[in-house]
Amino acid sequence: MGMTLAEKILARASGCECVAPDQVVVARVDLALSHENADLVRKSFLEIGVDRVWDPSKIVIVFDHRVPAESEKTAATHKAVREFVAAQGIEHFYDVGRGGICHQVLPEEGHVRPGMVIVGTDSHTTTHGAFGAFATGIGATEMAGVWMVGSLWFKVPSTLRIEVEGEFRPWISAKDLILHIIGRLGAAGADYRAVEFDGPAIRRMSVASRMVLTNLAMEMGAKVAFTPVDEILLDYLRPRVAEKLEMIAPDADARYERAIAIDAGEDLWEPQIACPHSVDRVQPLSALGDVPVHQAVLGSCTNGRLEDLEVAARVVAGRTVHPRTRLIVIPASQQIYREAMRLGFIETLVAAGAIINPPGCGPCVGVHQGILAAGETCVSSTNRNFLGRMGSKDSLLYLASPAVVAASAIAGQLAHPVSLVKQSEPCLVEA
Amino acid sequence: MPGGSLTLRGRVRALLGDDIDTDMIYPGRYLNITDREKTAAHLFELAYPEIRAAIQPGDVIVAGKNFGCGSSREQAAAALKFAGAGAVIAASFARIFFRNAINLGLPAVVSPDAAPLCSLADELEIDLGAGEIHNLTNGRTSPSAALDPRAVELLAAGGLVPYLKRKYINSRRETCPSTE
Repeated sequence: MGMTLAEKILARASGCECVAPDQVVVARVDLALSHENADLVRKSFLEIGVDRVWDPSKIVIVFDHRVPAESEKTAATHKAVREFVAAQGIEHFYDVGRGGICHQVLPEEGHVRPGMVIVGTDSHTTTHGAFGAFATGIGATEMAGVWMVGSLWFKVPSTLRIEVEGEFRPWISAKDLILHIIGRLGAAGADYRAVEFDGPAIRRMSVASRMVLTNLAMEMGAKVAFTPVDEILLDYLRPRVAEKLEMIAPDADARYERAIAIDAGEDLWEPQIACPHSVDRVQPLSALGDVPVHQAVLGSCTNGRLEDLEVAARVVAGRTVHPRTRLIVIPASQQIYREAMRLGFIETLVAAGAIINPPGCGPCVGVHQGILAAGETCVSSTNRNFLGRMGSKDSLLYLASPAVVAASAIAGQLAHPVSLVKQSEPCLVEA
Repeated sequence: MPGGSLTLRGRVRALLGDDIDTDMIYPGRYLNITDREKTAAHLFELAYPEIRAAIQPGDVIVAGKNFGCGSSREQAAAALKFAGAGAVIAASFARIFFRNAINLGLPAVVSPDAAPLCSLADELEIDLGAGEIHNLTNGRTSPSAALDPRAVELLAAGGLVPYLKRKYINSRRETCPSTE
């Protein structure tokens, strides 16, 4: 019987010829990712009483949630992890100023390849399905077990297949597509499941845009999510990855729990917005009326990549951020930061009145670098708008595409970029 | 679950709706607290501070679908456990929260039928082995999904750390048990 991508990868990683949904397998883990919460993992690991990690070449630690350290407590956490990394000889460690957001650094630095099994102590580890990896989030104590033995139990997920065809309208992006899908399926719509995104509209997307889909699939509960392994992806990977790359694809006769067809042109007429306080409360922009905005945030593991900064720069070029609004921009990694400087995007954004945060998660986790006061409203390109996510429980957080975030910063309220920029070109960067 | 018993008793401390996310259970601003016991002080701090104020050892939280959606933060499960929650019953759980709860030794019980049969302060007896929830206050019984044998084993051990400590510390190449 044919297998889906998730089934194929789990079968191989567990030494089985064939696996089927609901079967429980023990799979070899190829890469174990942690950020600051490596400190929690470390504590559980030491509590178990193990002295050495299973393979120091397969653990990657990236500081991103609190960079640079915002408090003495965090500074002590960073220090403890640095010392653990040195003591265990963990080979891949990206300290403050060396990397950026873990989900950007992993592919950028060539750690991700099609067919891998990746676990991370971060829910958005699903992002790496854009590179053909079975990648999922786990908790810190479970990771301590992985650090100990290098394998983990998985229940084989059933798979949802989402086929997207049609041409995106001007200013409509991967973010609008995935918010639309989450709005349709709900916050638990893909719980425990794998998702395969495919179809002509996906195959034309840049790698950065595909990462938006696999990243946000988590917000409908997905265990893993994939976009196709094709030439566009291999072109991205070849200069970064030393190992041999393989094309993997689901079998033609793979079994899917459900198939969903979307026409990007017909189903997405305008930008999609996730309203407070749930990612599945999705509305088209025009349904929301006048929503004044005090803060606009462009960044995160969802939308802090070069094409996101580019579209924002295009929207704000020659304009000024509205007096009542603060525009916070966070490049997802040091590499993206440098490239955005070289291309003039940073200059354009700063000239318009944006403040640039260091590469990292910034205010998305509600810790620092742009916390909201009671009564404030924020539009953000990030991935969660839960109650109090970015500060006060009495603040409101709307999730939107980078183009809408930039346009809203200029307008001082939720705005469609077409209302500002006459030249109406697609913001979807095609590879 | 001290003593490895598969039956526990507690009063319903909260009846919550669908999609109770991890930011509601444990705000992101406290993620740099890595002593599990200390996480309890911030349980439901923004969303339902009254639960934290009132919770007694053994109390049960009852909720709707997709409990614990969002972040992988283990502190969400730890805060519940160390604030004294004896179990969480929900119509369904988000997958990472479910794994975290079991790994920390906090029973996460799936029962779509329990919430409608419960009122606040009802006394429940949860029989994990039989997959039944007895409401001792109103005399009604609702079924719960059978827990995977690995989950039962982990709960009986008090969580993954004590389990691994006891069972696998001398054979490092064994696999790491967990469940989902």
